[in-house]
Amino acid sequence: MGNKQTIFTDEQLDAYQVRLVCVFYSRLHGRYHELAPHLVPMDYTNEPDCKLPLALIVNMPELKENPFRNRIVESFSEDGMGNLSFNEFVDMFSVLSEMAPRELKAIYAFKIYDFNVDNYLCKEDLEKTLNKLTKEELTPEEVQLVCEKAIEEADLDGDNKLSFADFENMITRAPDFLR
Amino acid sequence: MPPKRKNDSIVKVEDVGMDVDTVIDSGSEEEARKRTKNRRAKPQRKAKRVSDDEEDDEDEDEAPRKRGRKKKARPRDSDEDEEEDKRSVKSKGSKASRRKAAKDESDEESEEEPDKRKKGGRATSKKEKEEQNKEKKGGNGKGKERESKGGEKNKKKKNGKLSSSSSSSEGDEDSLSEGEIAALKEQVEEKKKLIATLRNKPWRMKRRLVMLKEAQEFVEKFEGALGKGKGRKLYAYKVMMTKKFIKFKRDFENFKTACIPWERKIKEVESHFGSSVASYFIFLRWMYGLNLVLFGFMFGLVVLPEVLMGLPYGSIARKTVPRAEQDSAMDFSVLFDFGGYCKYSFLFYGYYNNERTIGLLQFRLPLSYLLVGVGIFGYSLMVVIRTMARNANEGGDGGDEGEFTFSWKMFTSWDYLIGNPETADNKYASITTSFKESIVDEQENQKDENIHLRRFLRVLANVMILCCLGGSGYLIYFVVKRSQEFAEMDNDDLSWFEKNEVEFVMSLLGLVCPPLFETIAELEDYHPRIALKWQLGRIFALFLGNLYTFLFALFDEVTAKLEREKSIKNATEWALNQYYANYSSFYNTTNVPPPDVHPSDVVRGPCWETGVGIEFVKLIVSDVQVSYLTILIGDFARAVIVRFLNYCWCWDLEAGFPSYGEFDISGNVLGLVFNQGMIWMGAFYAPGLVGLNVLRLLTSMYYQCWAVMACNVPHERVFKASRSNNFYMGLLLLVLFLSLLPVVYTIMTLPPSFDCGPFSGQEKMYDVVMETIDQDLPAFIGNIFTYATNPGLIMPAVLLMVLAIYYLNTVSKGYQQANLDLKRKMQMARDEEKNRRNNKDSTNEVMKDLEDLLPNKSLIPPPIEEEPPPVEKNSKSTKTKPGSAGKGVNLQKEVSLAAPNPRGPVTRAPGARGRPPGNPRGPQPGPGRGRGRGAPPRY
Repeated sequence: MGNKQTIFTDEQLDAYQVRLVCVFYSRLHGRYHELAPHLVPMDYTNEPDCKLPLALIVNMPELKENPFRNRIVESFSEDGMGNLSFNEFVDMFSVLSEMAPRELKAIYAFKIYDFNVDNYLCKEDLEKTLNKLTKEELTPEEVQLVCEKAIEEADLDGDNKLSFADFENMITRAPDFLR
Repeated sequence: MPPKRKNDSIVKVEDVGMDVDTVIDSGSEEEARKRTKNRRAKPQRKAKRVSDDEEDDEDEDEAPRKRGRKKKARPRDSDEDEEEDKRSVKSKGSKASRRKAAKDESDEESEEEPDKRKKGGRATSKKEKEEQNKEKKGGNGKGKERESKGGEKNKKKKNGKLSSSSSSSEGDEDSLSEGEIAALKEQVEEKKKLIATLRNKPWRMKRRLVMLKEAQEFVEKFEGALGKGKGRKLYAYKVMMTKKFIKFKRDFENFKTACIPWERKIKEVESHFGSSVASYFIFLRWMYGLNLVLFGFMFGLVVLPEVLMGLPYGSIARKTVPRAEQDSAMDFSVLFDFGGYCKYSFLFYGYYNNERTIGLLQFRLPLSYLLVGVGIFGYSLMVVIRTMARNANEGGDGGDEGEFTFSWKMFTSWDYLIGNPETADNKYASITTSFKESIVDEQENQKDENIHLRRFLRVLANVMILCCLGGSGYLIYFVVKRSQEFAEMDNDDLSWFEKNEVEFVMSLLGLVCPPLFETIAELEDYHPRIALKWQLGRIFALFLGNLYTFLFALFDEVTAKLEREKSIKNATEWALNQYYANYSSFYNTTNVPPPDVHPSDVVRGPCWETGVGIEFVKLIVSDVQVSYLTILIGDFARAVIVRFLNYCWCWDLEAGFPSYGEFDISGNVLGLVFNQGMIWMGAFYAPGLVGLNVLRLLTSMYYQCWAVMACNVPHERVFKASRSNNFYMGLLLLVLFLSLLPVVYTIMTLPPSFDCGPFSGQEKMYDVVMETIDQDLPAFIGNIFTYATNPGLIMPAVLLMVLAIYYLNTVSKGYQQANLDLKRKMQMARDEEKNRRNNKDSTNEVMKDLEDLLPNKSLIPPPIEEEPPPVEKNSKSTKTKPGSAGKGVNLQKEVSLAAPNPRGPVTRAPGARGRPPGNPRGPQPGPGRGRGRGAPPRY
């Protein structure tokens, strides 16, 4: 661990270690620090309370081209506004990483697609998703059709919106749901 | 890092202790350790037996006891740590006393202890660790089960935690009961499970950290000696390796994709123009691969040997330009028509010598030539059929696959690894295109139509198109016949039009008919995918006329040449005989040297094979020119004009009349298919043709990709191509078969030219094979060959094959049927499930009605009150789930993990249980539902 000890206390590292190997962890911290060198201290031993605004995080190359970048960051931030503390930042990357299990990803995917945060994917959510995916190239009728079809396909309890159970049921069968 | 080192040392010592365990007389310190260990392990083992049946209950009402247990356990552990760390004998005294106390207890069981302990204590912990590691690594199947368990018990653990921290650390070990230790063990295990599965929980990082810290502290406190350090290192290593492996796999996939030629280009086209246009390019690529192989055969087995080992240019007549042509042999116009040097080069049949073997290797060139010529057909047939079979296996003609087409497209189509803006743009386009494709499919499904009108229109359209085809067929026939008449007349009397009538009519038909067909096809209103197939089939029929005229003209030419050749051959033979007679009479010797004539002065026949080859090559070249020019003018120039004249034009060029061109899938595919047919036919007479074709395909790949991206617009209705290119393949197979016929016919029946080509001097071309069999192979093979060609043998063989085909066909049909049935069953099951969930409300209604019908009205209120709770509970729980992320973490976790579970039983139980015995299909509401209603309150 060598020089990394200056950033985290041993205990902190120890705690993180089970989830992430410390090398990755400090690298992640490097990334976090890079985003806003004036905001984020290099020394993390006393757990400073700082948050990065959404605008900064969204510009990371990993997220820059993602149509859902704002939603991703928002759904990981505790305040819902897209401000991420370092812990949440790590959280986001651990979920987006390849190592994360599918169940976990499904949960967060659901949160990401749930634009109006009512814990259901309703038609408006789907429309927003679709428009983001296609850069609004489809006509309104087509969007309407697609959303209706999607709900019809996946909605098992017939309430015309997708609950998490519906979503999970659908997404776990998808052949290319790997992220 | 002190704590770590400590752990390591503990592990070491422990290992030693375990090893030494069986040795009775060891150092006092080790013995002391052993004792304590014995003590610890024994009760645990005992308790395990008990707790197995009643662990849950025990856990719950054990809260008070826990306190004591913890008190006890901690001091002992710490003691142990100290001692072993320092490896001092200082505390021996206290230890000894403890040992004595322990001995009393352990004496009774000491005989069976060592091995049992090993098994029970150590082995389980080891196993645990391993399991943990496995789980950590990413296995979530097992982890999931535990997760739920762990989740339930979390609170308990917390309680335990709190109590442990609050409890003092006085040493009062003897008050610890075996059951308590067992419970402690269990808790530790749970904590460990928690640590292992923490990763999979949808908690906020903060909460995870807190939980993790708690769990770790707990585990460290009570399980300090578990060899955590080692396990953790191993775990870290494993994680690292898994990551590396995943990365490697991804890189390898990328590499594999990068190795597929033009994959990126095609994907780009696909993302903007849809899979139907991409299917043409994929077909083109496949064709390129096939031609590359053919080229390899032709070049490696025929051209190269002749060039390297055969006689050089100018050595014999067939390899020399005749003197009459030599002046103009290098003129561009002549070369461009493949006359002059081209005609007498290795590109054509005539160049090859008829020596049986050439070079040091005794390479049998004529045999090789024939075999390659036929082998090309064999190989192509094999490849086409294999590809078709494989495609058919992958199945699906592009229709909807699976139940969640739209949802999957919506939720899983974005690739989260994209970081490049250009790629992202392509991805957007491709997602949009794929949505459009699916929408077209869906609209087609939803279309409710006047079936009678539609049918009538379709029949009408087919009749019209048949008329068109018949008319154009007759026109072609008529024109060809007329051209034969013209051919007999003097050339000078004919006008330009009359000379080129056939070509003119053919290109006119090719120009007019496809759009006409397309217009007529509008009547049919098929799905674009099916319409494309019809269009392909119709234009194919039209092009067959093209092929027919071409072959017709060719055969005329060949027969004419054959006649000329016969006379020349006779003349040459006569001249040769004269020469021999004169020579022998003049010099009075029978040893006559061959006539000393320069090769370019030798009288030679027309060599019809080379003539045929030249025709094919010319045709291909002109085809390339025409198609490239069409693209340049029809697409590029048009696009440029539309784009730039639009600024100063009186109507909107882009939206109005000329607009941009669409990519003509059917025309291009058929062009490719017929081109390939020409190659197959011509390759035998012009070995260089295959190389030419490879070049052509290569350039047209780049050229057309560029043209499509630069000058075309996507189709109005982008449609999904059938995943298997089998329709294209079918056309190709047909063309292959058609082109096989004339070639085999010429090989089997026409006599080869007497003075050019590898078969000169033979009666028939296939005599080379006979010759080889007679002379070079052992006699029995010749025998076998004669038997094999016996009609008596061939007939049964054919019969057998027909029967086999029939049988296999039947079997495959049976499988198809079974497949369909299964699909239908799955669909039914799904619908049923959906209905069951959907019908909750309606069944409630039914039940209410039932309740109303009951004589005892007093029963009504409870059911109505009872009914909502389960439903509401569900909805409430799911509702609060993710939203409470901020504050109610606890609730969120429990619900999100457990939500699907309670849900299933609630909705399913009534249906499953309530089935009336007599009716197995059971979705009828009625008594079943009524009874099933009793189930929900259990939750």
